[in-house]
Parts: sequence; structure tokens; C-alpha cells
Amino acid sequence: MRSDRGQSAPLGLKVAAACGLLFLHLPILLIFVYAFTTEEKSFVWPPPGLTTQWFAATWNRPDVWDALSLSVRVAAISTAIALVLGTLCAAAVSQTRFFGREAISLLVILPIALPGIITGIALRSAFALADIPFSFWTIVLGHATFCVVVVYNNAVARFRRTSGSMIEASMDLGADGFQTFRHVVLPNIATALLAGGMLAFALSFDEVIVTTFTAGQQQTVPIWMLEELIRPRQRPVTNVVAMVVVLVTLLPILFAYYLTRDGDQIAGSGK
Amino acid sequence: MTIAAAQSNPTPAILPGSGGMRGALSDLFWRRPKLLLLLMLLPPLLWLGIVYIGSLFALLLQSFFSIDEFSGLINRQFTLKTYGDLLQAANLDIILRTVTMAALVTLASAIIAFPIAYYAARYARGRWKALFYLGVMLPLWSSYLVKIYAWKLILAKEGILTWLLAKLNLLWLLDGWLSLPVVGGNSLSVSFTGTFIVFVYVWLPFMILPVQAALERVPGNLVEASSDLGASPGQTFRNVLFPLALPGIVAGSIFTFSLTLGDYIIPQIIGTSRLFIGQAVYSQQGTAGNIPLAAAFTVVPIVIMGFYLWGAKRMGAFDAL
Amino acid sequence: MTSAVSFKQVSRHFGSVRAVDAVDLDIVPGEFFAMLGPSGSGKTTCLRLIAGFEQPTTGSISIFGERAEGVPPYRRNVNTVFQDYALFPHLNVLDNVAYGLMVKGVGKAERLKAAEEALSLVRLPGYGARRPGQLSGGQRQRVALARALVNQPKVLLLDEPLGALDLKLRENMQEELKSLQKVLGITFVFVTHDQGEALSMADRIAVFNDGKIMQVGTPEDIYQRPNTRFVADFVGSSNVLPPVFVQRYSGQHRWGSLRPESIRVSSAASGDGVAARLVGTNYLGATTRLALDADGLRLHAVVPAGMALPAEGEAVMLTFNRDSLHLMDEPA
Repeated sequence: MRSDRGQSAPLGLKVAAACGLLFLHLPILLIFVYAFTTEEKSFVWPPPGLTTQWFAATWNRPDVWDALSLSVRVAAISTAIALVLGTLCAAAVSQTRFFGREAISLLVILPIALPGIITGIALRSAFALADIPFSFWTIVLGHATFCVVVVYNNAVARFRRTSGSMIEASMDLGADGFQTFRHVVLPNIATALLAGGMLAFALSFDEVIVTTFTAGQQQTVPIWMLEELIRPRQRPVTNVVAMVVVLVTLLPILFAYYLTRDGDQIAGSGK
Repeated sequence: MTIAAAQSNPTPAILPGSGGMRGALSDLFWRRPKLLLLLMLLPPLLWLGIVYIGSLFALLLQSFFSIDEFSGLINRQFTLKTYGDLLQAANLDIILRTVTMAALVTLASAIIAFPIAYYAARYARGRWKALFYLGVMLPLWSSYLVKIYAWKLILAKEGILTWLLAKLNLLWLLDGWLSLPVVGGNSLSVSFTGTFIVFVYVWLPFMILPVQAALERVPGNLVEASSDLGASPGQTFRNVLFPLALPGIVAGSIFTFSLTLGDYIIPQIIGTSRLFIGQAVYSQQGTAGNIPLAAAFTVVPIVIMGFYLWGAKRMGAFDAL
Repeated sequence: MTSAVSFKQVSRHFGSVRAVDAVDLDIVPGEFFAMLGPSGSGKTTCLRLIAGFEQPTTGSISIFGERAEGVPPYRRNVNTVFQDYALFPHLNVLDNVAYGLMVKGVGKAERLKAAEEALSLVRLPGYGARRPGQLSGGQRQRVALARALVNQPKVLLLDEPLGALDLKLRENMQEELKSLQKVLGITFVFVTHDQGEALSMADRIAVFNDGKIMQVGTPEDIYQRPNTRFVADFVGSSNVLPPVFVQRYSGQHRWGSLRPESIRVSSAASGDGVAARLVGTNYLGATTRLALDADGLRLHAVVPAGMALPAEGEAVMLTFNRDSLHLMDEPA
């Protein structure tokens, strides 16, 4: 649809699109207001007063810090694993045509295409069958599995845009396989990998469904929030954590968008 | 090192290998590209194949085990008894409720998504296009739990929605709706209506993106041609736009349908005490300890999605993903 | 004297497709050699076999007397100018040109100096700091050339390097490439599907069809004395004459070829010649191309523009010098 430059949309369409976008954004903005409310026991609107005291209260909660630290560690390690596996897979699938590449694409996408509860319970029952106790590593195992796809999608898109003759040109000029990877392939896919890594981090940081099945007593930030939603202890603290979580996931998404904005346009479509 | 001296270039035509491990490995990979391919594929295939597919098979296998009703221990012998349990009226009720909800959520998402996707694809340009893209992308990637939490705040009895309706003198409407059977309840946050709204909200971006992708591929002059030929806007929508956007809608519905089928957190936080498939799976494997029945329950969305994907593929929906 | 490149019964099969089929080829050091043929004729595969991107299924290839089968591209002292130039988008022009020296371990100062020199050679001095994306098609092509030449290759391969350029630029580059090759004395192997380009630039031409070499020779050989109907037709669209026709004029029952510009057209209704009818005229600027029908045989003639022409449909008489009728090797 390219031929409508300058033509303006019908009013009804404008209103419907604007309402749709407001519907998407207002609830998130509401979180920011509630983080400052003075009300402790209920969700009353409008807030009876505004205060910043809950930021200090949250700061002094060790359980929040523990959850945050666990989430960051899990996301970092899962992202690292997903980067390696996703890049290898994307390179293999896009550089060569071989029997079964469609099946491999499907295999990579499956952990995110099937409902999270299936991935979660499958992993849990497999851990039970194999007598693997829950630990930091069982969480990472689950997260890395569904993070592969975002790295893979970003890397595949970039490989597709990278001219195949560039690798031949490098070898022609005397670079062996390793030099070609180091001096040509890596620089060309670096921003796509960074974007994929950012998204994988955000995905892992936010994941709750699979995590409820693969974590034992440990709490990631989403698990902590889920607990608070089901059995609220101190609502204002939850409000503050919710706001911080929104900000923390926002930044990598914006950065990933910035990195892939000319062309790839698929940064987030892997979620 | 001047190039003009190349006439009497004494260097050999074939250069010696660089030697050492690196040179040897590089030559080996060049000679046997299949070996390199295998080495590249091995780690991801081992990971996904063993960790993921292995787990899925283990799960499937367990759905053919049964639970001993007296001891609560799992009897590892092949039986279809668990699938028999799945077909009890109470469980069928859960399945029907979930599928109905998924269908309604999909329909509502498509209706809300269309104007946004259409505007972004046909009218938004340059800076506005980027803004629209981020406007969909940011809610998509915002924390799932925070989004649910935001709706808990909105739908609460003392929350902003009640306040707004009171200001507009429309509380009677809310009370009337809540007094209806099935969709009503004590407040919106403990009703199916609330569950429905939150589902639509959380999965909406997944519908907008593929519909927009499908509409981007519709040439703009097609719409003009249609109105040129005397079609009313309604006819143009029905006969031109909708059929062309349909693959995108179907692609989006794969997400909205599948995600609703498998979710257990939204109905747990905002909804009634009546269960959805996800909650049934969760409680069967958790409190009830009946892993076989939980496994059998997960087969339901897998089978439904299998048929759904098969149908979607036949409609060409995958091109819009 | 050893050949710069020598193919002995080289074949390259892709599944059941014989891209290159039992080719013998010798390229003389220092010559400008063109591989000419329609797309899919195997010329590009031959180029890739020399570069090392493809390996022969059977047969042997040597470069300056050294066997090249199983030698990876990065160990061949042969460089390529790619059809799409394949410049590295993440490096500036100078680093692109210096790439080959960099991976060989040449020190930074030395390699940048050599790269700057190579850029001067292709008349792009001072362009080193730009990105490939900021250059025009012609400039990119020169950078690709400099990037290959800086390595002092024994053989320079050019894969349709002028294909993406517009006509004017292409003509300039043809002259430049030709003089560059003379100055440097490097063996150039040039792939093209444009017969005019091959004829004007090459010292020798190999005409490819269907994975085989049909004819190898100087441009004059190829143009004046095609050995098969394919070559006659592909290189400058000669008139291909059937054996029956040829026998009447030369006494030999063989296929023949006659260049369009060798045919004289007169409006005389009688006399010694081939009776024909003018069926079409095509104005080409300096010349006019005539389509003629000689008793069912379609012929073309090229006459200087401005010559008085009979009207279309009228009878004409065709004459030609017996010497210009070339007999081809292809069996009747």
C-alpha cells in the first residue's frame, strides 16, 4: 500500500485506530500513577494522595533484591546460550540448502508456538522422570529453549540480507574460514545478534508460565509478582516493582528496535 | 609493493597453507562443507531435540499412564484410562469453556486490530509509521504480569472504571451487566467479562502485527479501483480488503487462539472459580498430583492447534507471519 | 611456456546437469581472455572453477603449471571482481582495498599505502574514507578492481563486471580495463554474454554453449570464421546458410556463414545474384538492417544509412564476394 501519500484517512478509521492504541497504552500508564499512591489496602481511584515513600520501602526489601538478582542471572545465562545456539542454527539454515531445513525452522519456533504451559509441564515431568532436582539451572534450561527463537529470527533475517558473494569475496582475497568469520561475517551480523540478545533478555526477564514449572523455591521477579497478585502482602511495593519492570523491559526493546530499524523489521515478531 | 611490478611477479600461483591447527581446520571445513554444517547444527539440534522434544515425548508418554486412586502413586503401565477420565462431563465442560473463550477473544481481537493495522499500513508514513510500530511493539513486549496487574487495578470495585462510570452516571449499566448470568459477577475482576477483556488486551498486539503485514502487501490502487468501479466503502471492505487481510487475520488468530487455550494465570487472577484448561493442567499436576491427567489435558490444545495450523496453512496464513 | 590457466577434460556436474562438460582450455600468460556465451552456457562455472569456488567433478585444472584441484580459494593467487562487486559494507573503501593484505598479515602502514596506490590506479584517489554505500555503481566497480589488483594476482577474474553499468560508463570502462591490463601485464579472464564487449576487449575469445567450448580464437577468427552455426548466430548474428545453398556457390556441401555487411543489395530485377524480396527495414543510425526473404531463406543485410532503398515487398538482387562466404566445420 504505497500509493496514498498525502491522502488522509476517514475520520471513523482515525478514531478507531486512536482508540485501539489508547486501549493498548493507558493501562500501562496507570501503573506509573499507582506507584505513587498513598493508599495501602485497596486499589482506590483516584489516589487519595501522592508519595514517593514506597520507592524507599521497596529499596529496603531483600526479597525484591533476591528476585531481581536471580532474574538477571537467569536472563544473562539463557541469553548467552540462546545466542550461541540461535546463531549456529541460523547460519546453517541460511548458508546452505539441505534436506530438512524446514523441519529445523519448525523445531526452533515450536517452544514459543505451543502454549507455555505445555513447555512448562513437559520440562517439569521430564525433570521428575530423570530425578533432576529444581535449581538455577533448571530455570535456565527452560528459558534458553524458548529464547533461541528470537536470536534465530533476527540472525536469519540478517543473513538473508547479507550478500552470499561477500563470503566468497573474502576467501578470494586470501582469508581462510576463521578469518572470514572474524572479519566479514561477525561484523555484518553483530547488530542483529545484539538486537536478538536484547529481546531474548527481555523475554527471559518477563517469563512466568514456564518458570512456575521449572523453579523450585526460588523466585524470579515475575514469580515474586505472581505471588503478590495471588496473596498480596504489601500492595504499594508491588506497584513500584511493576513500574520498574515496565521500565527495565522497555529499554532493551527500544534499543533492539534502534539496532534493526533499517530493514529487518522483525525484531519483535518472534515473541 | 607497487602493482605495476606485477609483470614479473615471482610469487607462486598456489600459496602454501598457513599451517598449524587453524590452517588445517580451515582447509578441512572447506573441503567438507557438510562436516561444518553438521558441527553447526549439532549443538542446537541436541539441545532442542533432547531437552525439548524429549520432554514433550515424556509428557505424551505419561498421558498413557494412570494414577492409583487409593495410594496416589503413578502406575507406569500403558492404559487409556486417563483419556477416559478426560471425557468426564466436568472436564468436557472445562474444554468447551476454554475453546469458547478462545474463539470470542480471537474475534474481538480481530475487530479491534483491523483499524489500527489498516491505518498503519495504508496511511501512516515515515515518523508516524515508526511510532505505530513501536506503539504495538512496546505493549507486546511489556511485562505480561504487569499488564494483568494493571487490569486488576482498573477492574477492581473501587478502581478507575467504576469511578469513571459513576462520573458519567452510567453505574446502572455496569450493575445491569454484572447481574447477568454467566458473564456477570460480584465485580468485573471476578467475572468472565473481566477475563475476556484481559485476554483481548494481552493478545491484541499478536493480532495487529500479522494483519498489518498482510495489508502492507495489498496495493493501494486496488482499493481505489474498487471505489472507482462504484463500490461503496462497505462493499470495498467486504469484497476487496477483507479477503486480502484474511490470511493475516488467520495468522494472528493462531497466536490469540493458542495463547488463550494454554493460559492459566489470567483466569486465576481475574475471573471466576470455574476452571480453564490451563488451570486444570496446573492444578492436576500440582495439588492433585495427577500428572497423567494433566498430560492428557495438554494433549487437547495440541490437537486443537494441530487442526488449526493445518487449516491455516491451507489458507496461506503462514506467508503473513 | 606454461599456460596461465589450463583445463584438461574438466567437467562440473550439478546433479544431472552438466554445467561444464569435458572442457579443454589453455589461457596464455598476459593475455586478455574472454569467455563468451549465453546464460547457463557454463562460462561462469568455468570462472568459479579457476577461482576455486567450485571443484571439478572430473578432469584437472592447473594455474601456472601448479595443480589447483582441492586448493581452497584463499590459497590461490587469483583474484575476482564479482558481478555485484561484493564490497564489504562494514568497511570503508580503503579498508576494503587493503583487506587482502590485512588477512595476509601485512603491516597497517604498508597495506594502507598499497591500497591508496591501488585507488590511484583506478582513478579514485582520496576516496578511501567513504563507505561503499556512498559510491556510484561505476565507482564501486573500480573499488572492486582495486581490491583485487592490490594483491598482485597471477590471474584476475572478472565476472560480467560491466553488466550493471549504463552504456556510456560501460564503454569508458571497456577502454580503461583494456589499457590497465596492458600496463599491468596480468592475465585477465573476463566472462560476458555481450559479444560486442568480448570482440572489442579480448585478445582471444572462447565461445561457450551448453557446457562446452564451441570455438576459441581471436576476435577476428570468431567473427569472420565461425566454425559452427551457433557461433555464427551468437557472435554478431551472421547469416547461416544451409548446405544446399552453399553448394551452389562454393561447390561444397557444408554449412556456411555470411556476414550481413558482406551482402550488397541492388534493386535490379535481373542479373547474377540471389533473387530475394525485401520484407523489412530496421534503422540503426549509422546503418540500416534489412530483412530479406530469398525463396524461403531468411537473410539479413546491413547497408550504410542514407542508401536509396527499394520499398518493402519489392524484389531485390543480392550479391556478395565469394571470399566472404565462410564454410563452417559443422557437419552437414
